[in-house]
Amino acid sequence: MPLRVLIVDDSNAMRAFVRAALEDDPALQAQVEEAESGFEALRVLPRQTFDLVVLDVNMPNINGLELIPFIRSSERHAQTPLLMISTEASERDRERALSLGANRYLSKPFSSEQLVDMIRQLRADAADAGGP
Amino acid sequence: MSQSEDDRARAEFLAEAQEIVEALSRDLLVLEDANKRGLTLPETVNDVFRGVHTLKGLAGMFSFERIAELAHVFEDLLEALRLGRVPMDGGVLDLLFEGAEGFQHLLAGAQRSDAAVDVDVEGLLARIAALEPGAASQRDILSDYDIDPNILSVLTEYEEHRLRSSFEQGRTVYRFRLQLALDAIDTSLAGLKERCSGVAEVLSYLPSSSAEVKDAIEIELLIATRVSPAELRETLDRPDGLLIPIERKRRDSIAPRMDAEAGMAAASLNQAAPEVEPSEDTGSLRSLANVVRVDIGKLDHLMNVVGELGSLRSSFVQLVERLRAHSTDRELIFEAQRIQRGFQRHLGEVQSSVLGVRMVPLSQLFDKLAVIVRQLARDQGKEVQLVVKGAETEVDKLIAEEIADPLMHIVRNAIDHGIESRDERERLDKPKVSNFGIRAFPRGNHVVIELRDDGRGIDPSLVRETAVRRGVLSEHEVGDMTPEDLMEVIFRPGFSTREVVTGISGRGVGMDVVKTNINRLGGAVEIASELGRGTTFTITLPVTLAIISALLFQTRGRVMAISLSAVREALRFEDYALRTVEGREVLDLRGETLPLCRLAELFGLSDGKSVPERMLRTATRRRRVHGGEAQQADDAEVFSSEPPVKSRSGAGFVIVIVVGNRRLGLVVDRLLGQQDIVIKPLGRSLSSVPGISGATDLGDQRLVLVVDAPAIIDEALLGRWLRPSLGGQA
Repeated sequence: MPLRVLIVDDSNAMRAFVRAALEDDPALQAQVEEAESGFEALRVLPRQTFDLVVLDVNMPNINGLELIPFIRSSERHAQTPLLMISTEASERDRERALSLGANRYLSKPFSSEQLVDMIRQLRADAADAGGP
Repeated sequence: MSQSEDDRARAEFLAEAQEIVEALSRDLLVLEDANKRGLTLPETVNDVFRGVHTLKGLAGMFSFERIAELAHVFEDLLEALRLGRVPMDGGVLDLLFEGAEGFQHLLAGAQRSDAAVDVDVEGLLARIAALEPGAASQRDILSDYDIDPNILSVLTEYEEHRLRSSFEQGRTVYRFRLQLALDAIDTSLAGLKERCSGVAEVLSYLPSSSAEVKDAIEIELLIATRVSPAELRETLDRPDGLLIPIERKRRDSIAPRMDAEAGMAAASLNQAAPEVEPSEDTGSLRSLANVVRVDIGKLDHLMNVVGELGSLRSSFVQLVERLRAHSTDRELIFEAQRIQRGFQRHLGEVQSSVLGVRMVPLSQLFDKLAVIVRQLARDQGKEVQLVVKGAETEVDKLIAEEIADPLMHIVRNAIDHGIESRDERERLDKPKVSNFGIRAFPRGNHVVIELRDDGRGIDPSLVRETAVRRGVLSEHEVGDMTPEDLMEVIFRPGFSTREVVTGISGRGVGMDVVKTNINRLGGAVEIASELGRGTTFTITLPVTLAIISALLFQTRGRVMAISLSAVREALRFEDYALRTVEGREVLDLRGETLPLCRLAELFGLSDGKSVPERMLRTATRRRRVHGGEAQQADDAEVFSSEPPVKSRSGAGFVIVIVVGNRRLGLVVDRLLGQQDIVIKPLGRSLSSVPGISGATDLGDQRLVLVVDAPAIIDEALLGRWLRPSLGGQA
C-alpha cells in the first residue's frame, strides 16, 4: 500500500530533502504532497487523508505547534501519525509538541536514513495500534 | 538519496540560502540607519534572527558545516539582541555585517564547490563573547495578563517572546476569532496579514476544527497593535470576526482600568509600563495607517483602462471635428467642444494621478547599491565613502526595477576596476578613502542618475588599442576618433572595461548590456572620464514608461508603434527621390542625406512566421485612430479600407526618427495616427528581441509591438545586431 505523505515546511530545500529521502526508499512507496505554509496546510488537511504528516515547527505565520491541535481535533486526522521536524533541539518545543499530540520529534540536522527509520517506526506503531 | 535528487535539493539550498543572506544584508542596513537615528526596530531584528535561524537549520541539513557554525554563533548574538540582553550599537552592527559577509563568502565557496573557502568563525565568536551584556528585565510580563493557557501552550518560544515584547512595548493584544472558507483560507489569511502590515502585528494563528459550518475553519488570530479597536476593526475588514482584548489581571485596585473599546487601551498601558520605547509614538503609526499598499497588477489594470479612455478621447475629438465640418448647428458644436475639453482635462488629471501612484523613490534602489558598495569595498580591502544625493527622486516602479541591474553593473565595475587599492591611492597622493557619488535629479520629463568615482579613469589610448586588437573597430575607424568618441566605444559588444582601466586583460563586464538595457527603457547612458581622476556615468531615463504618446503605423500588414518623442516628422515616400549610397538606401531631405531603414525587412516581416509575427497574433487588423501633429497622411488615407500597399515601389511613408544627433528614416506602409499607449514589458522569452522595447494593448485584445528607436538607429547605422539576411542593407 502506498504511503500518502504531506510535508508542511516553508523551506523549499527542506521539502525537497524530505521528498527525496522518502521517494528514494522504494519500500515506502511514498506519495508525497507538499504544503509550503501553515495556511496551505489548513486548506489541504480537511480535504485529504494522509498516512503521515511531516510538520516543521518553525514556520512564519502558522507554526507547526499551532497545527497539532487542529489536526488532532479533526475526525479525519485524529490518528494520523505526525512527525515534527525542527531546527531547534528545544526541549520546550519538543515537550509541547508531544503533549499536544505529535508522535515523534526529529531535530535538524538529520540524515535521510534517520528520517526513513523514524517513519518506519511510526508505521510500526500505527500498525500495532490497529491503525492504517 | 540519488545523485540528481541530491543535486536538486542542494541547488534549492544554495538558492534559498542566497536569498536569506541578501535579505539579511538589507535588513542590517535598515538597522544601521535606524541606529544612527537612535531607533530600535524589534521586528527587523526578529526578521534577521529568523533568517539566520533558518539558515542554520538548512546548512546543518545539507552538511555545510561552516555555514551552520557561523549561523549558530550569530543566532546567539541575535537572540541576545532580540531579548535586549545586548544593546544594539555600532560595534554590534559591524559584527553583524561581518557575519553577513562571512555567509556570502562561504556560500560563494559552496557554489563553486571550493572547500578551501573559510571564515574565521572562532574569531567572531570570541568577539561576540566579549560583548557587554546589558540589563535584561527579569520579571515575566506574561503573568500580568489574563491569557488562555490553551493559547500559550501552542506558541513557539519565539512567538512567546513576541507576545511578551508586545506587552512590554505597551501594545494591546487582541484575540480575533473568525470563520474562513476552506477553499480560500490561505489567501484570506495572507490578505489579513497584508492589511495589518504597518498597523498591527499578527503574532500567531490558532486554527480549530470545531467550526459548525462545513467547508469552513474557525481560526483565532493573536494581534498586537497600538491603534484603537475601531481602527483595528477597520483594518481587518472582517465585520464577522469577534475581537477580544487580552486584559491585564486585576491584581491591584490602583492599576487603571482598561477600556479597550473606548480606545483607551494604549494610553493606559503606557502609563502602566513606563519603559515603553520612545521611538515608536502612536502618531507615526497612525499616519502609516493612511498608506494603502496596492498590488502593481491592479495599477497596471487601471493604467490600461486609462489608456483605453485615451483612445476613446481620440475618437471623440474626431467626432467633434466631423460635427464641425458637417453640421450648421453652432450651439451643438459649441456644446460638444465644451464637453470634449472638459473630458480631456479630467482625463489628463486621471492619467497623471495614476502615473503618480506608480512612482517609487530611487532610495529603494540606492539602498541596495549601498549594500553592494559596502561589501565589494570590504572584499577588496578598499575604503569607499558612498555619498548618495537625491534618493527621494521618483521614477515609475517598472523603470526602477529595470534599471537595477545596469546600475549594479556600473557600481561593480567602478569598485572592482575603477577605484584603486589603498596603497596605490597613497602612492598617487590621492585621499586614502575613495569617494563614490550617486546623485539623482529630475530634468524635465526625465530623471538623471549620475554615478561618479574618483578612481583611475579610462585611458583613451588604451581604448583605441583594445578596440583594434579585439576587432571591435578597425585601425582606420579609430584613427579620427576624438577621446569623447572613444569613450562611447566602451559600450560596444566584445569590449572589456577592465582591460582599458587596468591594462590587465580578463573577464570584462559587458557595458554593451548596460547600454542595451538602458536604451530599452528609452533612456541613454553617457560616460565621461578623466585619466587618473575618475569616471562619471550619466544615465538619463524617462520618468515613466507606462504611458507614452506613440505614432502607430503599419508595415506588411502589422501594426506597430513608436514613441513620438523620437519622431521628428513623417513624409510621403513618393515625394522624395531614392538614392543608394555605399549600398545603403538614402533620400535627400532638405539638402541633407537621410539614411533609410525598411522596418519590415529589419524585423524579417514576411508571410512566414518570424519572431515578431508570433508575438503579434491578431494584430493584423487595422486600427482606426487619428490625430497628432506627426501624421502627414490625410484622412482618406488613414480611413481607407484598402489592403496595405507594399512600399518597395516608393509608396508608403518615411518616419524620420532622431535619437541624440543621429537620424534615420523608417520606411513603413501606412501611418495610423497618434495615440497615448500603455507600454507593457515583454515576457522574459521575448525580451531579447532586439529593436522592440515592449508591447501595448490597443484596448481590444490586440497586441502591438513598440519599436525601440535608439536600438533601431544603432542597428541601422552601426549594425549592432546585424543579421545575415540584412547584410546588404543595414
